[in-house]
Amino acid sequence: MRITNWGKYPVAESTLAAPRSQADTAQLLRGADTAIGRGMGRCYGDSSLAEPLIISSRRLDRMLDFNPATGRLAAEAGVTLSEILDAFAPRGWFPPVTPGTRFVSLGGAIASDVHGKNHHVSGCFGQHTAWVDLVTAGGETVRCSPELEPELFAATHGGHGLTGFIAQAAVDLVPIQSAYIRQETVKAANLGEIMDAFEQSGGWTYSVAWIDCAAAGSGLGRSVLMRGEHARPDELGKLPAKLRAAPLTLPPAHTLSIPVDFPSFVLNPWSVKAFNMLYYGKAHSGVSESIVPYTTFFYPLDAVNEWNRIYGKRGFTQYQFVIPKEAGRAGLEKILARIAASGLGSFLAVLKLFGRQDHPKGNMSFPMEGYTLALDFPIGEKLFPLLDTLDAMVLDYGGRLYLTKDARMSAETFRRGYGALLDDFLAVKQRWDPQWRLQSLQSRRLGLARQGGM
Amino acid sequence: MRAIVILGATSDIARATALAFGQAGWQPILAGRDIEAVGRVAGDLSVRLGRPVPALVFDAAQPETHRAFWENLPGPRPDALFCAVGLLGDHEATRHDPDLAQRIVTANFTGLLGVFALAADEFEQRGKGLLIGISSVAGDRGRAHNYIYGAAKAGFTAFLSGLRQRLSRSGVRVVTVKPGFVNTAMTEGKALPKALTASPQEVAKAIVAVAEKGAEVIYVKPVWRLIMLIIRHMPESIFKKMRF
Ligand SMILES: Cc1cc2nc3c(=O)[nH]c(=O)nc-3n(C[C@H](O)[C@H](O)[C@H](O)COP(=O)(O)OP(=O)(O)OC[C@H]3O[C@@H](n4cnc5c(N)ncnc54)[C@H](O)[C@@H]3O)c2cc1C
Ligand SMILES: NC(=O)c1ccc[n+]([C@@H]2O[C@H](COP(=O)([O-])OP(=O)(O)OC[C@H]3O[C@@H](n4cnc5c(N)ncnc54)[C@H](OP(=O)(O)O)[C@@H]3O)[C@@H](O)[C@H]2O)c1
Repeated sequence: MRITNWGKYPVAESTLAAPRSQADTAQLLRGADTAIGRGMGRCYGDSSLAEPLIISSRRLDRMLDFNPATGRLAAEAGVTLSEILDAFAPRGWFPPVTPGTRFVSLGGAIASDVHGKNHHVSGCFGQHTAWVDLVTAGGETVRCSPELEPELFAATHGGHGLTGFIAQAAVDLVPIQSAYIRQETVKAANLGEIMDAFEQSGGWTYSVAWIDCAAAGSGLGRSVLMRGEHARPDELGKLPAKLRAAPLTLPPAHTLSIPVDFPSFVLNPWSVKAFNMLYYGKAHSGVSESIVPYTTFFYPLDAVNEWNRIYGKRGFTQYQFVIPKEAGRAGLEKILARIAASGLGSFLAVLKLFGRQDHPKGNMSFPMEGYTLALDFPIGEKLFPLLDTLDAMVLDYGGRLYLTKDARMSAETFRRGYGALLDDFLAVKQRWDPQWRLQSLQSRRLGLARQGGM
Repeated sequence: MRAIVILGATSDIARATALAFGQAGWQPILAGRDIEAVGRVAGDLSVRLGRPVPALVFDAAQPETHRAFWENLPGPRPDALFCAVGLLGDHEATRHDPDLAQRIVTANFTGLLGVFALAADEFEQRGKGLLIGISSVAGDRGRAHNYIYGAAKAGFTAFLSGLRQRLSRSGVRVVTVKPGFVNTAMTEGKALPKALTASPQEVAKAIVAVAEKGAEVIYVKPVWRLIMLIIRHMPESIFKKMRF
């Protein structure tokens, strides 16, 4: 069958097996020439595509244990952040790190070592995983943690399924006192202002900006920064009494009071209006405050089902890079100007300042301290040459691209971007998957599939 | 807390329904024939709900155990019984394997009568209660490729219909669920038309929605009501020549 991920590009002609137990998973792996694991298919490109076999965690979806004293949750890999939120937010617990959609699996969050708006405070998802049970290429189950097989543990985070199939894992949730976020919106007229705003927001747990990619000249970098904290019950004064009485309960969807038309406030052409409303509709001071449900703050795009379809049949790709902080200003200026000049990208991009990132031996997670920008491009003929040009700029500034968003970078770009991290990762892979049987379409493209290993 | 006994708890539909009832403030009590598997489902639910969920043995093929099962349920007497037990079987095989045909009839129909009878009597006496059975559109008209399963479901549908009429004045709701196609273990590997196929979560939502009031015969995807209306009313002379 035809299988695609979130960007609908590329397409794999493959079989999707959904084992119901670790034993079945092990058997599948032992019997397969090559395979890769897959969760909810929320990566944009081909990280979780393979031919002829993909192993889905969809049927490995049980929660196993929760310790209310520590917040530690053990669950099978197919459990989604959405299910974790449904079960635990009403009891005062929240995922320690969350991407911009709640429809990702635990296994996917680990394999891509996802980051959220709190990277500068909490790092990546893996900083909060206690252990992972991995079914290796040989079909044995290995528990790894910072103490047990630490290199395998490190390589599995951000390893994009190439070290084995994640069967179950434990993650430490963080306590919250309400289902709301106290949000501040700051508008910035240009790149200098937004970079200052990020620097000044270091004390906030969450921060992210939407940047107007069409603006050029003196308006280059025009953006809106949103920063937030989990609200305490005594900060909910503006809400109706009924909602205040149950602070951990989300308001019913239809009573959401959203300042702008949030569902359309997404990374695509029809978000122009929403952005302008947010940008021009705010107080002169440039800063405004509000209390919003966590769904509005973290998952505005989830309100629209299958919004990825608006790009049509050919699909789209998301280009996400990071460049070191020192290169930030000059780098972003040049890259943004190049994107604006091309006229190919989406109107809006997401900009975020990453904090320091540890890479324990074997780990090749994407983040580094610096600026990361993500924007959507519809697939088209003119696109790939442009992205190659951008790759060269990103690499020259010492940056790299995020595998989970990628569908097209070259092996060379990958190698230059990840350098020594990649070498250490491959040493771990070689040990646990000597025949390099865990392969995705992406890993083959990036030269991580041995000759002869198919 | 109101309690609901869930038979066939290892089914994908039952798992989703147990969670939905749990989230709506009910206490699920799980039962199934493979106690280890039921235990795993109960473990998952208890983590999700933050309270213990009991797991018991219930095998439709052992009707002699059903009275003891019903009388010895843990905790206060239940307020509802929900049954997701069912067996599709390989229809080709049933044509030559009478034992399999018998097992299909037992799992979908005859093996369920005893426990429903006990619950019906108890709820009738109390003047309150909820009985829910998953039947199937396959029981609405027998078709070439699943008429043993269809016949058993037809029997179960008629049984629930009669029970509903009998209990209509005693405050007991009897709900028949005809889910259409659902993505579950039962249909794994079959190519199901997307527009006609529900997820276990959708089925669960539709069931919890009618727990208190509303329709007592539900099709999860509304188009199924129309499809089955047409299929039921087709003249036999045409129907028998069709292949679907
Ligand atoms: C709207 C939207 C917003 C997003 N925002 C962010 C963001 O803010 N930050 C961020 O970091 N990412 C973000 N992402 C990307 C997303 O978080 C990652 O792609 C995530 O890995 C997807 O998880 P998944 O369960 O869908 O896995 P898939 O997409 O199916 O797979 C992703 C990777 O994980 C591997 N994998 C999945 N399950 C297993 C398993 N059981 N065992 C081994 N390997 C496995 C796959 O091989 C693949 O390499 C966003 C995506 C979308 C659609
Ligand atoms: N999936 C569909 O498209 C569809 C459509 C219409 C109706 N239905 C009905 O929906 C119900 C749930 O099915 P499902 O789709 O969720 O499939 P399922 O996962 O196969 O569920 C069937 C359940 O019945 C149990 N069972 C079978 N024989 C039993 C017996 N003798 N005693 C006790 N339990 C027994 C199974 O237990 P084990 O796990 O131990 O085998 C399992 O829990 C069934 O009644 C089915 O007929 C399903």
